[in-house]
Amino acid sequence: MADRIAARRSALEGLALPSSAGLASVTDVGVAARFLYRGAPELVAGVFGVELPTTPLRANARLERAVLWLGPDEWLLLTAKADDSTLSATLSNVLHGKPASLVDISHRQVGLVVSGPRVEALLNAGCPLNLDVAVFPVGMCTRTILAKAEIVLWRTAGDTFRIEVARSFAPYAVAFLDEAMHGIA
Amino acid sequence: MLLITCPYCRMARPESEFHYGGEAHVARPAEPANVSDAEWAAYLYMRANPKGVHAERWRHIHGCGRFFNAVRNTVSDEILATYEAGMSRPDLGDGTKDAR
Ligand SMILES: [Zn+2]
Repeated sequence: MADRIAARRSALEGLALPSSAGLASVTDVGVAARFLYRGAPELVAGVFGVELPTTPLRANARLERAVLWLGPDEWLLLTAKADDSTLSATLSNVLHGKPASLVDISHRQVGLVVSGPRVEALLNAGCPLNLDVAVFPVGMCTRTILAKAEIVLWRTAGDTFRIEVARSFAPYAVAFLDEAMHGIA
Repeated sequence: MLLITCPYCRMARPESEFHYGGEAHVARPAEPANVSDAEWAAYLYMRANPKGVHAERWRHIHGCGRFFNAVRNTVSDEILATYEAGMSRPDLGDGTKDAR
Protein backbone atom coordinates (compact mmCIF):
# COMPACT_ATOMS: atom_id res chain seq x y z
CA MET A 1 0.00 0.00 0.00
CA ALA A 2 1.38 3.37 -0.99
CA ASP A 3 2.20 5.74 1.86
CA ARG A 4 -0.07 8.70 2.03
CA ILE A 5 1.63 11.64 3.64
CA ALA A 6 -0.22 14.81 4.48
CA ALA A 7 1.40 17.71 2.68
CA ARG A 8 1.07 21.21 4.08
CA ARG A 9 -0.36 23.63 1.53
CA SER A 10 -0.55 27.39 1.82
CA ALA A 11 -4.06 28.84 1.85
CA LEU A 12 -2.83 31.09 -0.96
CA GLU A 13 -1.90 28.18 -3.21
CA GLY A 14 -3.71 28.39 -6.52
CA LEU A 15 -4.90 31.95 -5.93
CA ALA A 16 -3.94 34.62 -8.46
CA LEU A 17 -2.58 37.54 -6.42
CA PRO A 18 -3.65 40.84 -7.99
CA SER A 19 -1.08 43.23 -9.37
CA SER A 20 -1.39 46.32 -11.50
CA ALA A 21 1.68 48.12 -12.80
CA GLY A 22 2.05 51.63 -11.40
CA LEU A 23 -0.76 51.12 -8.87
CA ALA A 24 -0.20 48.32 -6.39
CA SER A 25 0.68 44.67 -6.09
CA VAL A 26 -0.19 41.89 -3.66
CA THR A 27 2.42 39.23 -2.92
CA ASP A 28 2.71 36.28 -0.57
CA VAL A 29 4.80 36.85 2.57
CA GLY A 30 5.81 33.21 2.32
CA VAL A 31 6.60 31.00 5.28
CA ALA A 32 6.37 32.51 8.73
CA ALA A 33 6.10 31.41 12.32
CA ARG A 34 3.60 33.32 14.42
CA PHE A 35 2.94 33.41 18.14
CA LEU A 36 0.31 35.27 20.07
CA TYR A 37 1.76 36.32 23.40
CA ARG A 38 -0.13 37.70 26.38
CA GLY A 39 1.73 38.62 29.52
CA ALA A 40 4.42 40.95 30.78
CA PRO A 41 6.53 42.29 27.87
CA GLU A 42 9.89 41.89 29.64
CA LEU A 43 9.48 38.13 30.04
CA VAL A 44 10.08 37.28 26.37
CA ALA A 45 12.04 40.25 24.95
CA GLY A 46 15.39 38.70 25.92
CA VAL A 47 14.97 35.31 24.26
CA PHE A 48 13.07 36.71 21.29
CA GLY A 49 15.74 39.32 20.64
CA VAL A 50 13.35 42.16 19.95
CA GLU A 51 11.96 44.57 22.53
CA LEU A 52 8.16 44.34 22.85
CA PRO A 53 6.66 47.76 22.08
CA THR A 54 4.62 49.18 24.95
CA THR A 55 3.48 52.18 22.92
CA PRO A 56 0.07 51.29 21.47
CA LEU A 57 -0.11 50.37 17.77
CA ARG A 58 3.62 50.10 17.24
CA ALA A 59 5.80 47.31 15.87
CA ASN A 60 9.47 46.61 16.46
CA ALA A 61 11.41 44.67 13.84
CA ARG A 62 14.96 43.38 13.86
CA LEU A 63 16.54 41.08 11.29
CA GLU A 64 13.88 38.51 10.45
CA ARG A 65 11.85 38.95 13.61
CA ALA A 66 9.12 41.39 14.50
CA VAL A 67 6.80 42.11 17.42
CA LEU A 68 3.50 43.84 16.82
CA TRP A 69 1.49 45.50 19.63
CA LEU A 70 -2.08 44.23 19.39
CA GLY A 71 -3.41 45.17 22.83
CA PRO A 72 -2.20 46.43 26.24
CA ASP A 73 -0.90 42.97 27.15
CA GLU A 74 -1.02 41.25 23.78
CA TRP A 75 1.60 40.97 21.04
CA LEU A 76 2.04 39.13 17.76
CA LEU A 77 5.53 37.65 17.39
CA LEU A 78 6.64 36.95 13.82
CA THR A 79 9.64 35.16 12.41
CA ALA A 80 10.48 34.19 8.85
CA LYS A 81 10.82 30.47 9.54
CA ALA A 82 8.25 27.90 8.44
CA ASP A 83 8.12 26.15 11.76
CA ASP A 84 9.92 27.74 14.65
CA SER A 85 9.69 24.88 17.12
CA THR A 86 13.05 25.86 18.65
CA LEU A 87 11.75 29.32 19.41
CA SER A 88 8.50 27.84 20.65
CA ALA A 89 10.37 25.63 23.11
CA THR A 90 12.63 28.47 24.25
CA LEU A 91 9.70 30.77 24.86
CA SER A 92 7.76 28.06 26.67
CA ASN A 93 10.73 27.50 28.96
CA VAL A 94 11.08 31.12 30.03
CA LEU A 95 7.33 31.39 30.55
CA HIS A 96 7.01 28.22 32.59
CA GLY A 97 5.14 28.97 35.82
CA LYS A 98 4.58 32.61 34.84
CA PRO A 99 1.13 34.21 34.40
CA ALA A 100 1.40 34.39 30.62
CA SER A 101 -0.03 32.78 27.52
CA LEU A 102 1.75 31.78 24.34
CA VAL A 103 -0.14 30.31 21.38
CA ASP A 104 1.49 29.11 18.18
CA ILE A 105 -0.74 30.47 15.40
CA SER A 106 1.77 29.94 12.58
CA HIS A 107 -0.69 28.10 10.39
CA ARG A 108 -3.84 29.92 11.46
CA GLN A 109 -3.19 32.87 9.20
CA VAL A 110 -1.33 33.91 6.08
CA GLY A 111 0.67 37.01 5.29
CA LEU A 112 0.29 39.29 2.30
CA VAL A 113 2.54 42.17 1.26
CA VAL A 114 0.58 44.97 -0.35
CA SER A 115 2.76 47.57 -2.00
CA GLY A 116 2.75 50.35 -4.56
CA PRO A 117 2.11 54.05 -5.09
CA ARG A 118 -1.68 53.63 -4.69
CA VAL A 119 -1.54 51.22 -1.78
CA GLU A 120 -3.58 53.43 0.59
CA ALA A 121 -6.40 53.76 -1.94
CA LEU A 122 -6.38 50.01 -2.50
CA LEU A 123 -6.64 49.19 1.20
CA ASN A 124 -9.15 51.97 1.86
CA ALA A 125 -11.56 50.16 -0.44
CA GLY A 126 -12.22 47.93 2.57
CA CYS A 127 -10.36 49.43 5.54
CA PRO A 128 -11.96 52.48 7.21
CA LEU A 129 -8.75 53.76 8.86
CA ASN A 130 -6.96 56.92 7.75
CA LEU A 131 -3.86 55.45 6.08
CA ASP A 132 -2.16 58.75 5.33
CA VAL A 133 1.49 58.33 6.30
CA ALA A 134 1.19 61.25 8.74
CA VAL A 135 -1.57 59.41 10.67
CA PHE A 136 -0.51 55.80 10.02
CA PRO A 137 3.29 56.06 9.86
CA VAL A 138 5.88 53.40 9.07
CA GLY A 139 6.09 51.02 12.03
CA MET A 140 2.43 51.41 12.98
CA CYS A 141 0.32 48.27 13.24
CA THR A 142 -3.16 47.37 14.36
CA ARG A 143 -5.91 44.84 14.16
CA THR A 144 -8.64 46.25 11.95
CA ILE A 145 -11.03 45.18 9.22
CA LEU A 146 -10.76 44.72 5.47
CA ALA A 147 -14.35 44.66 4.22
CA LYS A 148 -15.85 41.69 6.12
CA ALA A 149 -12.55 40.17 7.24
CA GLU A 150 -10.56 40.95 10.36
CA ILE A 151 -6.90 41.58 9.59
CA VAL A 152 -3.70 42.78 11.20
CA LEU A 153 -2.29 45.69 9.24
CA TRP A 154 1.36 46.78 9.59
CA ARG A 155 3.05 49.54 7.61
CA THR A 156 6.57 48.32 6.91
CA ALA A 157 7.55 51.10 4.48
CA GLY A 158 6.05 54.27 3.04
CA ASP A 159 4.32 52.40 0.22
CA THR A 160 4.20 48.90 1.75
CA PHE A 161 1.90 47.17 4.22
CA ARG A 162 1.85 43.65 5.55
CA ILE A 163 -1.55 42.06 6.09
CA GLU A 164 -2.07 39.06 8.32
CA VAL A 165 -5.40 37.36 7.71
CA ALA A 166 -6.96 34.10 8.88
CA ARG A 167 -6.31 31.35 6.33
CA SER A 168 -10.04 30.72 5.93
CA PHE A 169 -10.47 34.37 4.94
CA ALA A 170 -7.47 34.43 2.58
CA PRO A 171 -9.41 33.68 -0.64
CA TYR A 172 -11.94 36.36 0.34
CA ALA A 173 -9.25 38.96 1.13
CA VAL A 174 -7.42 38.25 -2.13
CA ALA A 175 -10.65 38.42 -4.16
CA PHE A 176 -11.58 41.66 -2.43
CA LEU A 177 -8.19 43.23 -3.20
CA ASP A 178 -8.49 42.05 -6.81
CA GLU A 179 -11.86 43.78 -7.10
CA ALA A 180 -10.51 46.89 -5.38
CA MET A 181 -7.58 46.97 -7.80
CA HIS A 182 -10.07 47.56 -10.62
CA GLY A 183 -11.61 50.37 -8.59
CA ILE A 184 -8.38 52.38 -8.28
CA ALA A 185 -7.28 51.90 -11.88
CA MET B 1 -20.28 56.38 11.05
CA LEU B 2 -19.26 57.25 14.61
CA LEU B 3 -15.62 57.77 15.44
CA ILE B 4 -14.89 56.33 18.86
CA THR B 5 -11.68 57.05 20.73
CA CYS B 6 -10.37 53.80 22.19
CA PRO B 7 -8.66 54.55 25.53
CA TYR B 8 -6.22 51.67 24.98
CA CYS B 9 -5.30 52.42 21.35
CA ARG B 10 -5.49 56.14 22.23
CA MET B 11 -6.91 57.14 18.89
CA ALA B 12 -10.26 57.69 17.21
CA ARG B 13 -11.38 54.61 15.33
CA PRO B 14 -14.35 53.77 13.12
CA GLU B 15 -17.48 52.40 14.77
CA SER B 16 -17.37 49.26 12.62
CA GLU B 17 -14.40 48.03 14.67
CA PHE B 18 -16.48 48.11 17.88
CA HIS B 19 -19.24 46.15 19.54
CA TYR B 20 -21.69 47.67 21.98
CA GLY B 21 -21.68 46.12 25.44
CA GLY B 22 -24.68 47.54 27.32
CA GLU B 23 -24.87 49.76 30.38
CA ALA B 24 -21.63 50.32 32.30
CA HIS B 25 -21.00 50.15 36.05
CA VAL B 26 -23.63 47.48 36.72
CA ALA B 27 -22.10 45.83 39.78
CA ARG B 28 -22.70 42.13 40.39
CA PRO B 29 -23.82 41.55 43.99
CA ALA B 30 -20.81 40.38 45.99
CA GLU B 31 -22.78 37.56 47.59
CA PRO B 32 -25.52 36.42 45.21
CA ALA B 33 -26.82 33.88 47.75
CA ASN B 34 -27.66 36.69 50.18
CA VAL B 35 -29.72 38.92 47.90
CA SER B 36 -33.45 38.71 47.35
CA ASP B 37 -34.96 37.54 44.07
CA ALA B 38 -36.02 41.11 43.37
CA GLU B 39 -32.48 42.42 43.90
CA TRP B 40 -31.04 39.69 41.70
CA ALA B 41 -33.61 40.35 38.98
CA ALA B 42 -32.79 44.06 39.19
CA TYR B 43 -29.09 43.26 38.68
CA LEU B 44 -29.79 40.88 35.79
CA TYR B 45 -32.50 42.69 33.88
CA MET B 46 -33.17 46.26 34.94
CA ARG B 47 -31.31 48.95 33.01
CA ALA B 48 -31.61 52.74 33.05
CA ASN B 49 -32.10 53.16 29.28
CA PRO B 50 -32.07 56.97 29.51
CA LYS B 51 -32.92 59.45 26.81
CA GLY B 52 -29.74 61.50 27.05
CA VAL B 53 -26.36 60.92 28.67
CA HIS B 54 -25.56 57.27 29.28
CA ALA B 55 -22.45 55.44 30.54
CA GLU B 56 -22.03 52.23 28.57
CA ARG B 57 -19.58 49.50 27.75
CA TRP B 58 -18.01 49.07 24.34
CA ARG B 59 -15.51 46.57 23.07
CA HIS B 60 -12.83 47.36 20.49
CA ILE B 61 -13.30 43.88 19.13
CA HIS B 62 -11.63 44.38 15.73
CA GLY B 63 -8.80 46.39 17.30
CA CYS B 64 -7.08 45.88 20.63
CA GLY B 65 -9.91 43.59 21.73
CA ARG B 66 -10.48 45.40 25.04
CA PHE B 67 -13.66 46.40 26.81
CA PHE B 68 -13.84 50.04 27.92
CA ASN B 69 -16.52 52.55 28.92
CA ALA B 70 -18.00 55.47 27.03
CA VAL B 71 -20.34 58.27 28.03
CA ARG B 72 -22.68 58.83 25.10
CA ASN B 73 -25.68 61.02 24.52
CA THR B 74 -28.32 58.60 23.26
CA VAL B 75 -30.20 61.43 21.52
CA SER B 76 -27.39 63.05 19.53
CA ASP B 77 -25.08 59.97 19.50
CA GLU B 78 -22.28 62.28 20.62
CA ILE B 79 -19.62 60.44 22.60
CA LEU B 80 -18.64 62.73 25.47
CA ALA B 81 -15.85 60.63 27.00
CA THR B 82 -14.23 57.22 26.84
CA TYR B 83 -12.23 55.65 29.65
CA GLU B 84 -10.62 52.36 30.61
CA ALA B 85 -12.59 49.52 32.15
CA GLY B 86 -12.42 49.67 35.93
CA MET B 87 -12.27 53.45 36.09
CA SER B 88 -15.18 55.34 37.59
CA ARG B 89 -17.47 57.46 35.48
CA PRO B 90 -15.86 60.86 34.81
CA ASP B 91 -17.58 64.03 36.01
CA LEU B 92 -18.33 65.99 32.87
CA GLY B 93 -19.70 68.89 34.90
CA ASP B 94 -23.18 68.46 33.43
CA GLY B 95 -24.83 66.97 36.49
CA THR B 96 -25.16 63.50 34.94
CA LYS B 97 -22.30 61.76 36.77
CA ASP B 98 -24.55 60.22 39.42
CA ALA B 99 -27.44 59.57 37.06
CA ARG B 100 -28.30 56.04 36.14
ZN1 LIG C 1 -8.42 49.72 21.02
